Amino acid sequence: MIAAELIKLRTLRSTPIALVLAVLVSGGLSALLGSAADDGKMIGEFDPLFVAFYGLTLGQLPLVAFAVLAVGSEYRSGTIRASLAAVPRRARFFGAKVGAALLVLAATALATVAVSVLLAQTTLGTRRAALGDALPAAAGAWLYLTLIGLFALGFATLVRSSTVALGVLLPLLLLGSQGLGNVPGVRVVTQYLPDQLGWVVMHLAGPQGDPRWARDYGPWSGLALLALWAAAALVAGYTSLHRRDA
Amino acid sequence: MLELRNLSKRYGRVLAVDDVTCAVRPGRVTGFLGPNGAGKSTTMRMVLGLDRPSAGQVLVNGARYRDLRDPLRHVGALLEGSQAHGGRSAYQHLRWLARSNRVPTARVHELLGHVGLGDVAHQRVGGYSLGMRQRLGIAAALLGDPPVLLFDEPTNGLDPAGVRWLRETLRSFAAEGRTVLVSSHLISEIELTADHLLVLARGRLLADAPLEEFRGTEALEDAFLRLVSGR
Repeated sequence: MIAAELIKLRTLRSTPIALVLAVLVSGGLSALLGSAADDGKMIGEFDPLFVAFYGLTLGQLPLVAFAVLAVGSEYRSGTIRASLAAVPRRARFFGAKVGAALLVLAATALATVAVSVLLAQTTLGTRRAALGDALPAAAGAWLYLTLIGLFALGFATLVRSSTVALGVLLPLLLLGSQGLGNVPGVRVVTQYLPDQLGWVVMHLAGPQGDPRWARDYGPWSGLALLALWAAAALVAGYTSLHRRDA
Repeated sequence: MLELRNLSKRYGRVLAVDDVTCAVRPGRVTGFLGPNGAGKSTTMRMVLGLDRPSAGQVLVNGARYRDLRDPLRHVGALLEGSQAHGGRSAYQHLRWLARSNRVPTARVHELLGHVGLGDVAHQRVGGYSLGMRQRLGIAAALLGDPPVLLFDEPTNGLDPAGVRWLRETLRSFAAEGRTVLVSSHLISEIELTADHLLVLARGRLLADAPLEEFRGTEALEDAFLRLVSGR
């Protein structure tokens, strides 16, 4: 069942493009920022892991697009009817879809994070992060990318449209990358948006010792909350799939 | 054998299918006639569990569709329009379908040749003509070599040679003892293909009879239009 879903994912033309873009954009930004920082041109408080992961705020976009298209393309083309005729148990169908997408997301996220961290560390030279700091943060970033992909997949299944799903998720993620979770006043709420919950573990939220930046959750509790978002989106998506006529 | 038992489907205030009970038997081609919007496609989608009946049920050889193991080996269906993603090739489309129901890949190659798509099997479906898409849909229906076949407006987009090929294919399936249900709004085509008729209008089953008996001494078209108009 998962094998059939993997064939479907592989044979969508958008899939290889999205996955390659995720790695290239993230890694490219890391290398650029790393080179700039090594020249001493970066100002303000310096965190080498910010350099390693900032590229993911853009690199996550193709990954999210992949997850959305994995299900949105079925509704767009009408393939969903062939899929549900082939696998009439909707829980089995959705399980296979999520399982196949999860495999691809986890593998691509791993490659994206590995390339980003390696390029950042290399280009940073002497200002690079200690391995003991980099590894847990990298593990967190890997989980973050995988979970945000699953969140997108669940949301796309709920709205049954790539266009609607991307129309909501891309602005959300782009605003998020501009520091939506740090905006005074609204941050009480915005820090709990799905993408913002990964920022502490990825060293993107600013120094957590400083009350101007400190979030109300830690690196791992943030990821746990994101896992709840992803689970909620998947449950909502499944409920829509289960209840509605195809 | 396909059994529809008190099958109904309501969309808001519209009763698209209204308490339909009938059996589609093996060994003959059953024609499914009705004006546009009569509920033919909705009925076929309910057979496959794509649309949930508001009441009643459908049994495929005694079992609910959703309980069938590898359902494509039990029921093959061509529903309205193409269901293949335009970015995939015919081969890739059949390949994932085959994989999902444990049908050997060799069957995919065999069928692509059988429906006349062998030369274009690796081209994107987006570039196919309507007739080629229809042939791909027919191949998908035949993939699991199923004993029950449902075809919704299968002649759409087919050229005259394709129409004849399809008619002979359907007739040979019935001769092999399979259950074949084919909907069409082309009465002349049904007249050439079907042995038995189901007539649906405004969601209600108006006739369930052998073609000869239904037609009587009239032209089939006259008998059909008279029944549907209620005069």
